Amino acid sequence: MKQTARIISTYAADTSGVCSALYELGGMTVIHDASGCNSTYNTHDEPRWYDRDSLVFLSALSEVEAMLGDDRKLIDDICATVEQLKPAFVAIAGSPIPMLIGADLPAMAAAVEQRCQIPSFGLAATGMHSYLYGAGLAFAALAERLVEPGQPNRNRPGVNILGLTPLDFSVNGSAAAIRSWLTENGWQVISSWAMDDSLEQIRQSAQAQVNLVVSFSGLAAARVLQRRFGTPYVVGVPIGQHFSQALLEHLRQAAHHGSCAYPCGQRETTGKPVLTLIGESIYQGSLATALQVDLGLSARVLCPLETEAALLAPGDVIAPDEDRLLPLLQRDDTVIADPLYQPILPAGCRFLPLASEAFSGRIYRSQIPNLIQAPLDCFRL
Amino acid sequence: MLTRAGGPAGQDGEIAIRNASFPSPFVPGLEYSAPARGVWNIVHTGMLLPEAHQIFVCAAGCLRGVVLTAAEMGAAERFSTIEIQEHNVLDGDMEELILDGVADILAKLPKRPPAVLLFTSCIHHFVACDLPRVYRELARRFPDVAFTDCYMNPIMRKSGLTPDQLMRRQLYSLLTPKPLQMDAVNLIGNDLPTDDSADFVRLLRESGQTLLDVTGMSSYEEYQTMAASWLNITTYPAAQAAGDALSARLGQTHLHLPQSFDFQEIEEQLHTLARLLGQPAPDQRAAREQAIAGLQQAKDTLGDTPLLIDYTATPRPLGLAKLLLEQGFRVEAVYLDGVTGPEKAAFTWLQEQAPDLKLRPTISPLMRVAERSGGEGMVSIGQKAAYFSGGRHFVNIIEGGGLHGFDGISRLAALMTDAYHNEKDARSLIQIKGLGCGCCA
Repeated sequence: MKQTARIISTYAADTSGVCSALYELGGMTVIHDASGCNSTYNTHDEPRWYDRDSLVFLSALSEVEAMLGDDRKLIDDICATVEQLKPAFVAIAGSPIPMLIGADLPAMAAAVEQRCQIPSFGLAATGMHSYLYGAGLAFAALAERLVEPGQPNRNRPGVNILGLTPLDFSVNGSAAAIRSWLTENGWQVISSWAMDDSLEQIRQSAQAQVNLVVSFSGLAAARVLQRRFGTPYVVGVPIGQHFSQALLEHLRQAAHHGSCAYPCGQRETTGKPVLTLIGESIYQGSLATALQVDLGLSARVLCPLETEAALLAPGDVIAPDEDRLLPLLQRDDTVIADPLYQPILPAGCRFLPLASEAFSGRIYRSQIPNLIQAPLDCFRL
Repeated sequence: MLTRAGGPAGQDGEIAIRNASFPSPFVPGLEYSAPARGVWNIVHTGMLLPEAHQIFVCAAGCLRGVVLTAAEMGAAERFSTIEIQEHNVLDGDMEELILDGVADILAKLPKRPPAVLLFTSCIHHFVACDLPRVYRELARRFPDVAFTDCYMNPIMRKSGLTPDQLMRRQLYSLLTPKPLQMDAVNLIGNDLPTDDSADFVRLLRESGQTLLDVTGMSSYEEYQTMAASWLNITTYPAAQAAGDALSARLGQTHLHLPQSFDFQEIEEQLHTLARLLGQPAPDQRAAREQAIAGLQQAKDTLGDTPLLIDYTATPRPLGLAKLLLEQGFRVEAVYLDGVTGPEKAAFTWLQEQAPDLKLRPTISPLMRVAERSGGEGMVSIGQKAAYFSGGRHFVNIIEGGGLHGFDGISRLAALMTDAYHNEKDARSLIQIKGLGCGCCA
């Protein structure tokens, strides 16, 4: 594979994923990089940057510091800023050059933690994975270090929402809609990882009876919480009437029996699917299932990002670049994808735009729909 | 024992200029990025080369910003990428990745471009990628395409030329030698067109010179005509390396006429240009008086309105502060992160004559949490000043705004007056990447 893209975009990288996941929690995230990662993140990947302060900074790594392995400068700079701004925790995210020189980010974080006496994480982002991986690292670190032991409330079932970032859900009300949907159906939302919630709530996550994983970025944390507290998880996004009902049933079953479920990948198709969806596997798998059960439209997912077999239905394909996507697209397909995919579609393809911050950044932000519990008529053929 | 440069900035990050050290008023450390995006990046500048195609070879995280820059410009069809993955670093196949990737992209393009700007990154430097071999091989395989080496290697920004300087230099590296014509002059290294009314532009025209500027060109063939010009003028500091490189390679004369707010320097610049053109020194009294009159008109309007200036509006923010203070304006603060060599005289003057002038950083982490609501009733010159002050009255220019000489001062005075009278939607305007490049987002 030549790893080329003649014209299509690039998904937000792991560095942005780390920052996005931790944005609202009162910590300080430092991207260990020369320049560019931070401005790319806060220009294209972070819709909250202008209006909501968050401590996301760049180490401004130089050639000499990289060559000499001068970790001391970064540790000193972080500690000086911690002293000034008093964050609740520190996360240090890597990028290509720290990866190349073998920078020991966990060791640097340990040094910061020792000096500043606040929790600190080194997160092995490299700038070479997608935002899902980076956000997953960050959420898993929270799950490992900051969630306090606790017991579920037996009187009212509690749930955590894992994997919420604007990269997958924008800032169009989707996060609040997922919370409302759970509340209206009798669930107490213990915490939301990590939009519209606080670090204090996330610390209480062990009180949940089940975790709802709404993007691949939440899966690693779900598994940490399962290991630490035995909390089962259910994977899917409440899109469409019937799929949302099924998701609720899975949540009830999981809370009752402790079993995990992946309903976003449980879709049966026969024959050639009518619709092709491109994007993150859990969101698109949920939408594909909803379209199938609500509108009777068979659909497949082409996933260009990190995922797992359990999240994919038969007929779904992992296609991480232009070369592998192109042969999968046919002239008579109807494709639902970000508008920046449109230039590679074969002539004759029908295109239904569904923008994603993670792919086109801010360009189509105003057009990203909140599909949580919304009618799916816009996809009716 | 080595100590860090920088002065004793307060809790809000600012420092009175009397206490500031040259050239680093602030202690370096972690860096913040304010959402003022008007300054051009290397993609914007590279797109000035007509008909050329850009190929970036980087990790996904580095590609993200540039690919979306191109998309926001509506220029995605002139932009392709080759993604470096972890196994490429380990496999040592970086040269093959580039060669195969470029060949793949060229084969897929609907039309073969006359030129390709091939951008490599920090990783190539660190793994000692054999770039000379790559470019030799590309030239052999694709003799109908002119390749030039461009760089997105910010880790080298303190080790010689910055990526911005390199980009402005490489933009002209594809000019092929021609016999020089003594009636054509290039304006080199600017992102934005310079005003036709600028003093030096008028002098060139009055002397029978044709002025060529890539900012207004639409074909690769037209771009190549710049190789025949006898003189290259640069006005933007980051363009000086481009002018020097062309002198060495094509034998063209290079004259640096930086944007200045010092009357004597402006006059000397025009005298120097006139000498080169074989013309008598121009009488600049009228232009000078017009500039002073323009400033006085602005002063009559603005009165004691506090002014804020930032370094993205002009490469000479301290020189501008000095001029405005001399003309009776009330300059409250200048936003900058360092003081450049050409600003040393203005820095010293301000330390002596305006010791309470505040210098404020733009990249300090403290600026992330600094109060951003004090700008009502102020006029800002530049996007970062507008952002940090929270004001809606601002002059929306970057990189000097195409203003130059006495004429530029007159026009800036008019822009200040306009900013005083008229509010702007700072939130929308300053987040547009590459002001003036046609970005849609």
